[in-house]
Amino acid sequence: MNFANAFTPERMQEAWKVLLTEFPFAIWETVYSTLLATLLAIVIGLPLGVILVTGEAKGIRPLPRPLMSFLNLLINLLRSVPFIILMVMIIPLTRVIVGTSVGTLASVVPLTVAAFPFIARLVESSLREINPNIIETAQSMGATPMQIIFHVLLPESVPSLITNFTLAITTIMGYTAMSGAVGGGGLGKLALAYGYQRYRYAVLYLAVIVLVIITQVIQSFGTWLARKCDKRLKH
Amino acid sequence: MIQLKNLSKHFTTVDGPVDALRHINLTVNDGDIYGIIGMSGAGKSTLVRCINMLERPTEGNVILDGRDLGTLSNAELRKVRRKVTMIFQSFNLLMQRTCLKNVMLPLKLIHMPREQAEKRAMELLELVGLPDKANSYPAQLSGGQQQRVAIARALATEPRLLLCDEATSALDPKTTHAILELIRDINRKMGITVIVITHQMSVVQEICNKVSILEHGEVVEEGDVSEVFSNPRSNAAKNLIYPEMADGNSLVSEGGQKIRVIFNGAMASKEPLIAKMAVDCGILASILGASTRSVGDRAYGYILLDIPGTPADLAKAVSYLSQMPDVMVQVEAEYEAKEAVME
Repeated sequence: MNFANAFTPERMQEAWKVLLTEFPFAIWETVYSTLLATLLAIVIGLPLGVILVTGEAKGIRPLPRPLMSFLNLLINLLRSVPFIILMVMIIPLTRVIVGTSVGTLASVVPLTVAAFPFIARLVESSLREINPNIIETAQSMGATPMQIIFHVLLPESVPSLITNFTLAITTIMGYTAMSGAVGGGGLGKLALAYGYQRYRYAVLYLAVIVLVIITQVIQSFGTWLARKCDKRLKH
Repeated sequence: MIQLKNLSKHFTTVDGPVDALRHINLTVNDGDIYGIIGMSGAGKSTLVRCINMLERPTEGNVILDGRDLGTLSNAELRKVRRKVTMIFQSFNLLMQRTCLKNVMLPLKLIHMPREQAEKRAMELLELVGLPDKANSYPAQLSGGQQQRVAIARALATEPRLLLCDEATSALDPKTTHAILELIRDINRKMGITVIVITHQMSVVQEICNKVSILEHGEVVEEGDVSEVFSNPRSNAAKNLIYPEMADGNSLVSEGGQKIRVIFNGAMASKEPLIAKMAVDCGILASILGASTRSVGDRAYGYILLDIPGTPADLAKAVSYLSQMPDVMVQVEAEYEAKEAVME
């Protein structure tokens, strides 16, 4: 097709109409599936990340080596499967959990499965930034491993966790666009189904612009929040 | 009372096994400020961590008031650690928490009600002189102030023993002095026994009453600070106490006779000793080196003398100087050995 034809006044008028009618709901679908998947991924990934740090041989509460190896292997496996393939691979699981493999809610399952190992690794790296001397200090006060996790490790890494969770949200939002290919709703689906498959390129570009704006807003907010929370900086 | 009995610690590193501590025997009495001094790598930090079992000793026992800490369960050990607290070279405060919250941390760990913990933490911040910093964050404080907060935190659970691991090594001399004063105050007023780990002789000199000198994981010298300072016997002690005179032999002229005159009290240092010896015995000694300092309330130190003349003159000088109160004389053994080789 002729690319220039995509931006004729008629096409632009049509795109404008789509923007007003279809976009608000698509934006909501994207935000909804992104935030829900991020939340679920944090629920699974945060404890997992903590275990990766505290359970290693030199950690504050060493766990059996085979268990640690298994967890690391699981995370690496899930991390190495491309999302678009993972999504198709776990369709049976999605059916079991949601009852269907199509739709926005169904897309949250593969999003969560793809995101929790990522979050676990991010949490792991945040916790490893903590000065080991501070952990030793807590031990010298008679803190239990659980107390060290909740009174030292997590509170001390809050700014780093916020930065990393912001990164996770923007990445997961990228995944939601892909989930449009397998029945997930949102801006990705709009761009692909409406813009690409029906040759309405103006719609495709508009969807991309909106995605860029949302990402910018989330990133700026996350950066601001992380800085505001970090008491190491002299205000 | 805390006793270390035949304490050893071995590590296995990539370069092979390391004996960090070898057969350490120490007794720290209640009320002591006990200094453990050594060069870096001597095993001081490992030793202090064995006292509260942050490092489990490979061999030997740590006995606190008759209880062998090595036999305690983790839960029992955590209880002991409330009574054996620690401060560090790098202060180790929680950077995301206010000073007040930092001091409250040990109290939160024992589930003290919030209001009570807050009240106690405020009292402790007042004790260390920082009540106005309660709501400041550690990053807004100077090093000395951070160490004060760390001290307040260490006192929160009313310990009976305070371990100081190079607590002043990151501070300037003036701040060091102020922190040491605070530690001494705590020792005197609250009756808390203190163990001070340091590489700085000046720290031991300023606040300790007992000292052990650690070298290559072994205690090479131990005793009252005044004794060890006035008459260091081991090379490690000499190096630490008189670093400037560590290699005194190099000063002596060949064929000379060298003696070390050790002052062990204030009286001796007031006498014009060398001048009197010249008048009374006709021995014109030259001073090769000297170092004196005051420890506690008394003055200590030594003068290294070159005695000209025959061995008879040397003997005369030794007997003359030995008569003086609080003065000891040693003919330098290293020199004699050297002479023997030359013959």
